[in-house]
Amino acid sequence: MKPITATNDFVIKFANVNGSGSASANELFAKAILRMGVPVSPRNIFPSNIQGLPTWYEVRVNERGWLGRRGGVDMMVAMNPQTWDADVKELAPGGYLFYDSTKPLPPSKFRDDIVVIGMPLTAICNRTYADARQRQLFKNIMYVGALSVLLGIDDAEIRKLFGEQYKGKEKLLDSNVKALELGRDYAREHLAHPIGLQVRRADAVGERIFVDGNSAAALGCVYGGATVCAWYPITPSSSLAEAFQKYCMKYRVDAETGANKFAIVQAEDEIASIGIVVGAGWNGARAFTTTSGPGISLMNEFIGLAYFAEIPVTIIDVQRGGPSTGMPTRTQQSDVLACAYASHGDTKHVLLFPEDPHECFEFSALALDLADRLQTPIFVLSDLDIGMNQRLTAPFVWDDAREYDRGKVMTAAELEAGKEFARYKDVDGDGIPYRTYPGTHPSKGAYFTRGTSRDPYARYSERGPDYVYNMQRLLKKFATARTLVPAPVPRAARQKTRHGAIYYGSTSPAMDEAIAALEDDGLNLDTLRVRAFPFADSVAEFIAAHEAVFVVEQNRDGQLRTLLVNEFGIDPAKLVPILHYDGTPITARFIAEAIGAHLRAARVAPIGKDKVA
Amino acid sequence: MTYIAKPKLHHPTLACNAIGFTRRDYEGKISTLCAGCGHDSISAAIIQACWELDIEPHRVAKLSGIGCSSKTPDYFLGQSHGFNTVHGRMPSVLTGANLANRELIYLGVSGDGDSASIGIGQFVHAIRRGVNMVYIVENNGVYGLTKGQFSATADLGSKSKKGVVNTDSPLDLVGLALQLGASFVARGFSGDKKQLVPLIKAAIKHRGPAVLDVISPCVAFNNHPGSTKSYDYVREHNEAANRLDFIDVRDEIVVDYAAGELIDITQHDGSVLRLRKLHANHDPHDRVAALAYVHERQAKGEVVTGLLYVDAEAEDLHRHLNTVPTPFHRLGAKELSPGAATLAKINAALR
Ligand SMILES: Cc1ncc(C[n+]2csc(CCOP(=O)(O)OP(=O)(O)O)c2C)c(N)n1
Ligand code: SF4
Ligand SMILES: [Mg+2]
Repeated sequence: MKPITATNDFVIKFANVNGSGSASANELFAKAILRMGVPVSPRNIFPSNIQGLPTWYEVRVNERGWLGRRGGVDMMVAMNPQTWDADVKELAPGGYLFYDSTKPLPPSKFRDDIVVIGMPLTAICNRTYADARQRQLFKNIMYVGALSVLLGIDDAEIRKLFGEQYKGKEKLLDSNVKALELGRDYAREHLAHPIGLQVRRADAVGERIFVDGNSAAALGCVYGGATVCAWYPITPSSSLAEAFQKYCMKYRVDAETGANKFAIVQAEDEIASIGIVVGAGWNGARAFTTTSGPGISLMNEFIGLAYFAEIPVTIIDVQRGGPSTGMPTRTQQSDVLACAYASHGDTKHVLLFPEDPHECFEFSALALDLADRLQTPIFVLSDLDIGMNQRLTAPFVWDDAREYDRGKVMTAAELEAGKEFARYKDVDGDGIPYRTYPGTHPSKGAYFTRGTSRDPYARYSERGPDYVYNMQRLLKKFATARTLVPAPVPRAARQKTRHGAIYYGSTSPAMDEAIAALEDDGLNLDTLRVRAFPFADSVAEFIAAHEAVFVVEQNRDGQLRTLLVNEFGIDPAKLVPILHYDGTPITARFIAEAIGAHLRAARVAPIGKDKVA
Repeated sequence: MTYIAKPKLHHPTLACNAIGFTRRDYEGKISTLCAGCGHDSISAAIIQACWELDIEPHRVAKLSGIGCSSKTPDYFLGQSHGFNTVHGRMPSVLTGANLANRELIYLGVSGDGDSASIGIGQFVHAIRRGVNMVYIVENNGVYGLTKGQFSATADLGSKSKKGVVNTDSPLDLVGLALQLGASFVARGFSGDKKQLVPLIKAAIKHRGPAVLDVISPCVAFNNHPGSTKSYDYVREHNEAANRLDFIDVRDEIVVDYAAGELIDITQHDGSVLRLRKLHANHDPHDRVAALAYVHERQAKGEVVTGLLYVDAEAEDLHRHLNTVPTPFHRLGAKELSPGAATLAKINAALR
């Protein structure tokens, strides 16, 4: 057996029991490596329905900066007896198994092609601490200490992190440092070190910040001026609403009066959540809700009303595996069609696809502007992978000169001056009509909002031409939306190529890495990262410019591909679906293998209409 | 249902109120409801109440669900913004609207199908939350707009026009509202304008969820003998708990009632509700007693009307959420964005 050796390029996985305090210790571990200038990308894995509630925390350490999930495990920190067998099995040959050796285990519980590192964590804790809680909490810190010795992590960075976390709480600081030392001492004295996996100081992190997408989106809503948030708890979106609450308490309380410049309602269900958002949007507030697939299903009737009655609404959908409860704690991009065409009747909605927490921030703030500008629901399609995992991402930016775009709102002064108000009339040729806030003027500008058809003056009408005028105007408005949403991001291959790939959202880091791997193999691919729906014309041009285009997605049915085919009337044979949907984040290995296979086949025989797909 | 335009609601005078508006200024589009529909009378009562209260029409936001009843906001207060939302979900939309701007008066209009059937959940939760609103249920015990199916307030054993017998127990919205913590609970009858107008006025002046269950006969589908929501039945079995006179803050309190027990209830804004008790055992400050009283009379086949319960000091959702008084649409980036310097600090803490 040859132990794995790797520096700044490995995957370590922690198997823990939920609620044991492991989360903060594991984050400490990841952050210490970051502080050494080495990029990490951790992922929480937390099945929702297994007894004993095991959780895993998988950390990829990678100096080149690949932040996608790699697949495979080089070191397992096995702290959960219940998942032991599966955890040991998952380890790559030559990998390292770190475990609590307090209770002896029979040899059958191990493998002979791995390096086993036992440390009597429980025994040391029981010996050192009398309090049951302390025993548990410090056990985690202790293994971080031991790992720092084994992997060559600078303990000064860990101490610094403690110092920041426990500023002004000297007692907590001291006890944490002590636990760390206990772990380090034991490892130095009793464990063979260093092991083959090593962290070496680098300079590959730079200005980037380390944050989860849900916190980022919540902050984007704070900066973007959201004042009303209505939500109903659902994984993986709940932490977004909770973060919004937390940030509001910090940044949105009037310093003089102590009153809140926000209103958050945990509604009785998602129908009420969206109803509250619709009411607030109608009345001039910037309002949002956050949910996941099942919530989107429930919101459908209201989404149609908001589309047709033209009410600004922002919906942040943190996608998970469906249908139904599906895989509630796993990631997917499977609400694309459900959102794009949500509700009965002829509807189409604006979708934004953030690739990471930085864009979660940016697009959430932007969604609030677009909702007001376009007077329609705007969806931000995040997912569990970016939403609930901390990710290394570009710092948030905000320009203090930025004003909110409140869209076309006719004021009392304009009404008074005699400007004609026709709620549903296209006066500027962009399909977007003017609205008034309720209570604006004593005798002008009031109108009756309804989901039923009406004429341009908001008068009830069942006349066919009135209905058609309105529906055509909504299409025109959708065409205007195309010019306002974030443009797709192209990337040209090193060499001219007949092949392209389209991808979006959380697939980005895996895609970046896959492209690099394919290039190393001499396979070239132009790519286009789609950031919004409706698609820009450049998306159609990109497809037209290539013989075959792979559409990489994390769902079963190729939902974005369906949208492309449908919206552009593209020959489906031209778009080759590359689909990953087992609930784990897509990996570079998967993409490179799947696309590579097609490209190699194409080298032999050029891709023709009937040869692909 | 007829769509023949009918003349504007008849007004005996064109007198102006204190802010110079005539009743006509509180009217809306011409009603398209059936002639004789109770809902039109309620619209007339709303017009009267707003006129008498000197409310600027544009300071009212009127919201409804779907149904004949929910169509009515188009037929009154033409200078108010209105919102005909989706079936059963007016309460959530009203809640959001109210959160956005607390300066307006929120008037929710709904039907028994809208509120007691499809929308019972939202009815419940908007009340629980203490949304400051007037919530009028135009209760005819039937789905008018979809032509006569039973609603959740239909009488047990009643027969529909198509001959179907209702075997489900009826929901009592007044009893429910009392249990849910509504701080103003009343029942009226569309055919009794004298009672209804003061009730609506008092409800508008109330801070907190004011629930008004108004029996409103459907002449097309539920006005037959035996229906407890027919004109005849309510006229014969109406058990008024009290007679209400509403006295606005600036009015001098003058007693012009016949002798009898009188109670004055001063609301948070200083306006006074003067109740003349018809039934000695009804105390409008006692939620539990009100509930018992309604049930006791109901068991005798009587429909209790009047102001059943009021808590004049009630708080509302804005108090609970401690929101700023400014309507949210008036807050811009200056007030809402924490700024670039703060963001730099946030970034630093995330490294
Ligand atoms: C989601 C949905 N389901 C069904 C309907 C059809 N619908 C319209 S009004 C109505 C019942 C209205 O009854 P009620 O609220 O009592 O009003 P009324 O017409 O009696 O005044 C129904 C079922 C609808 N509009 N929306
Ligand atoms: S509720 Fe009945 S009477 Fe009134 S308009 Fe509807 S169908 Fe006609
Ligand atoms: Mg009804």
